[in-house]
Amino acid sequence: MSTVIEAVAVSRAVGQPLDRIDGHAKVTGAARYAADAPIAAPLHAAIVQSTIPCGRIAAIDESAARNLAGVVEVLTYRNAPRVPVLSFDFTTPVTEELAPLQSDAIAYDGQHVAVVIAETFEAARAGATLLRIGYERREAEVSLDTARTIEHPEQWFGDDAQPRRGDPERAYNAAAVRVDATYTTPEETHNPLEPSVTVAEWRDGELTVYDATQWVRGTRAVLAKSFELDEEKVRVISPFLGGGFGCKGFFWPHPLIAAMAAKVTNRPVKLVLTREQMFTSCGYRSETRQRVRIGASREGRLQAILHDVLAESSRVGMFVESAGAVTTMLYDVSNIAVTHRIARLDVPTPTAMRAPGKAPGTYALGSALDELAYACGLDPLDVLRRNDAAVDRSSGLPFSSKQLLACYERGAEAFGWSARPKAPRAWREGGELVGWGVATATYPALRSPAQARVTLSTDGLVDVASATHDLGTGMYTILAQIAADELGVDPRAIRVRIGDSSFPVAPVAGGSMSSASVGPAVQDAARRAYHEAVAIATSSGESALHGLPERDVEARDGALRSKADPSRAVTYADLVRLGGSGAIEALGSAAPGDEDERLSFYSFGAQFVEVRFDEELARLRVSRALGVFDCGRILNPKTARSQMIGGIVWGIGMAMLEETVRDPRYGAVVTNNLADYHVPVNADVPDIDVLFVEEPDLAFNSLGARGVGEIGITGVAAAIANAVYHATGVRVRDLPIVPEKLLGAGPAAG
Amino acid sequence: MRAFEYVVAASSAAARTLAREVDGARFYAGGTTLVDLMKADVERPRRVIDISRLPLAAIEQRGDVVRIGALARNSDVAYDARIVLHFPAVSEALLSGASGQIRNAATIGGNLLQRTRCSYFRETRWRCNKREPGSGCDALDGFNRGHAVLGTSDSCIASYPGDLAVALCALSARVVVEGNDGERTIALDDLYVLPGEHPERETTLGPGELITAVELRAERLHERSHYLKIRDRASFEFALVSVACAVELDGKNIAQARLALGGVGTVPWRAREAEAALTGAPPGEAAFRRAAETALTGARTRAHNAYKVELAQRAIVRALRSVCGTGA
Repeated sequence: MSTVIEAVAVSRAVGQPLDRIDGHAKVTGAARYAADAPIAAPLHAAIVQSTIPCGRIAAIDESAARNLAGVVEVLTYRNAPRVPVLSFDFTTPVTEELAPLQSDAIAYDGQHVAVVIAETFEAARAGATLLRIGYERREAEVSLDTARTIEHPEQWFGDDAQPRRGDPERAYNAAAVRVDATYTTPEETHNPLEPSVTVAEWRDGELTVYDATQWVRGTRAVLAKSFELDEEKVRVISPFLGGGFGCKGFFWPHPLIAAMAAKVTNRPVKLVLTREQMFTSCGYRSETRQRVRIGASREGRLQAILHDVLAESSRVGMFVESAGAVTTMLYDVSNIAVTHRIARLDVPTPTAMRAPGKAPGTYALGSALDELAYACGLDPLDVLRRNDAAVDRSSGLPFSSKQLLACYERGAEAFGWSARPKAPRAWREGGELVGWGVATATYPALRSPAQARVTLSTDGLVDVASATHDLGTGMYTILAQIAADELGVDPRAIRVRIGDSSFPVAPVAGGSMSSASVGPAVQDAARRAYHEAVAIATSSGESALHGLPERDVEARDGALRSKADPSRAVTYADLVRLGGSGAIEALGSAAPGDEDERLSFYSFGAQFVEVRFDEELARLRVSRALGVFDCGRILNPKTARSQMIGGIVWGIGMAMLEETVRDPRYGAVVTNNLADYHVPVNADVPDIDVLFVEEPDLAFNSLGARGVGEIGITGVAAAIANAVYHATGVRVRDLPIVPEKLLGAGPAAG
Repeated sequence: MRAFEYVVAASSAAARTLAREVDGARFYAGGTTLVDLMKADVERPRRVIDISRLPLAAIEQRGDVVRIGALARNSDVAYDARIVLHFPAVSEALLSGASGQIRNAATIGGNLLQRTRCSYFRETRWRCNKREPGSGCDALDGFNRGHAVLGTSDSCIASYPGDLAVALCALSARVVVEGNDGERTIALDDLYVLPGEHPERETTLGPGELITAVELRAERLHERSHYLKIRDRASFEFALVSVACAVELDGKNIAQARLALGGVGTVPWRAREAEAALTGAPPGEAAFRRAAETALTGARTRAHNAYKVELAQRAIVRALRSVCGTGA
């Protein structure tokens, strides 16, 4: 503990709003994304996808495609290399038990059925349009409404998927005030700006893959198993990502297809998914139907919550949109029943999408609590406050650190909540109805074992390497900040290298756990390098610090110095020379221990939203948003704030715009482009403010930092829907809140 | 995208000759519709004739007629002082469309020929009578939230997507077309064709005919004009519903009115009966409401677009109130 406190005390760079160190490379185009892989003259691959939801391929006519100038090869199930079907586990994160191009069976619309490989991108795309594929279609189920195969998963990622405590039905039935409402959220699609990309090259039996992935190690493991190679013979490189949000987290089939294409043609191959293909090829957020029943006292004290979730998954992969997961711990309630039912449909497999489970779950629960507040005649914020959970009621464990009440207080004060009229439809300004809404944000604090290497070299360079990732979020920068503080150097003088499977192991960039996992590993590696440098400094006869005890040495301004006389100093470059081995290299590691047996780790927040509603035109706009977050120590307030703003913007999209529409006759996505799938544009985004209530969570890790990746979107949709009710008197229980759902919001409604 | 022949036209006459030589040739100006659809394999021109360098970009005023060259960029027209002064609805319509980047590329002539955003048209996997005559229409019983309620047929309910043409339609613009027999000028209304049983035919342009200009008459009526667009997000989206209107007041009554709708029709939808209902009436809620109801008479809705009738009516009332200056 003492070393931790010391590290915090001497901290300089951590906690500073440093500009991102990769920013210059990104805005000047120097940053090389997967599609910019430094591979000369690759072949180009274009994927062809099934246009039926269920059945088999009956005929393939490749002649026109093969006859097209520039087309080199066409791969289908008939001639693609054989690869095994793998099952998901945490070392081989395949999303589907369906290896690509291995059989004529079709499990969903949008399944990859062929790849056209050509000398140019244009020829590959043109060839893809010339491929003629005939199908035998079988009856498909593609809608939650008509689903016949419903599963009740016992567990999901280690958590009970059907948790219960107390006697929820009895408590609900006996409650003085009851809310019973069903909320629905549509399928949503990640839509990172950068589509999924793989560039694959085989050389001497070894495979190198430049892949837009949030998990280089996971991708490497699946590729190695698929081609029956040692993992050392596969290298996966992903230095920059143009967003991922979960759709580049687990392994999808396209990198395997690129590697097959490269193997068959014996040439490097570049494969870029089209925007349309991004809707079927790398997951989406499942639709949800959530029935929430709340029993409470007239004072709004919760007595029971029953939260039933129906979501979908495919026939070939299981994903549980765990919308009820945080219902068990978020409030102080003794009687809980959460169910998750999964309809197996003939659709692509859904996956984790920013704040998986929690984004739709906090919409339903946050809306239901708002409904409870009105049923009790209470201020919605008061209902949240008076049900605050002092301990995690799902486990009985105390929270490691929880500042949720402070988030409510700070937010209420900054937002001006006390001026809010109590009744709906009571506030008009400039011909518009105005409303305010609030909801709770939360996301679990997760952590995985990770390693990092810090290398000091004779040119004075400090190099940090780890197989982690930067989705555009600031990972490069915070790792430099962490190493800088341990070594007493300027963070801008540190070179951070990430996104390479040959670097020390790091987990998937998912679950908001990269900072909390990799940060401490970098800290450990930097400390080890520091101690090695100090050992050389105090033992080498040529060192100005020769003979000093270690405790009298400190790292500052790029050198080791005597605490008593800072002018007695040796630079790291000199120490590396004095050490005589060419470099000082240290491997650091960090891993969670058994602390989760004693403590519960979550981040929290409060979302405040103002909406304005033009009643005549059913035109709704978010005019103000404030998020107040408790995520432990904030490593970089600038990048963390940007993350939160991004999450809130996405919450606006989720609440009011985004919907992946699947035509129920065909099981195919209709809104598969960015003109029909609406994400917020700048004009939809109001002033957003972000505040942090910072309390270092040193029980969680040595940095005291929990993740900031996903919590930003949670609670936003509920806060907006609640603000809409406050403004209009209309409760929208079906996202997105598009104009036609508010057309009836006249004075007679509500 | 399939391979195509690309030729640069030296003159409008040469462009028309190049177009007549090959079936399915396409003129290329801004490319904002054509290139998209070529990527989607919906447009498959064997020859693309680049007319973007022809001298057809001027905006000129001769007497009370403002002539906008077909190659004038949307953004240049939107900010042109004469357009802003004499035809505010046109400027507003242009600025409500697309994004700044697209407006800088798109041309006035090309914009008039913008093709529908019907999802079932824009991907070759679906049945679409417009793309593939006789194949059927997947939109009729599909996801048709954005589709038309006026001017539809059993073959097609695709809505006309543009903004500019709706404003031009309300302001009785004329389109200058260069053809084999020289130049002809037609009312914008007469450019577009209802889908009927042949939704593949969208305009009255003949093979090799080229739009060279759009003409607008500067008059008092047009100065009091307005374009109102309603959509899900605040920018960069096609209209769910839009209204272009112009009103000339004569003392306390409406002397003349013009009304056109976007987002609800298979073509830019001029609401002449509603205009007649307004003429002579005192500007006010009763007249606006009556006009709104008249304008949507005959609307045929499908599963997801019934809201457009009510929304369009409200938008008409709002837009008329706005141009008449009759308060909130």
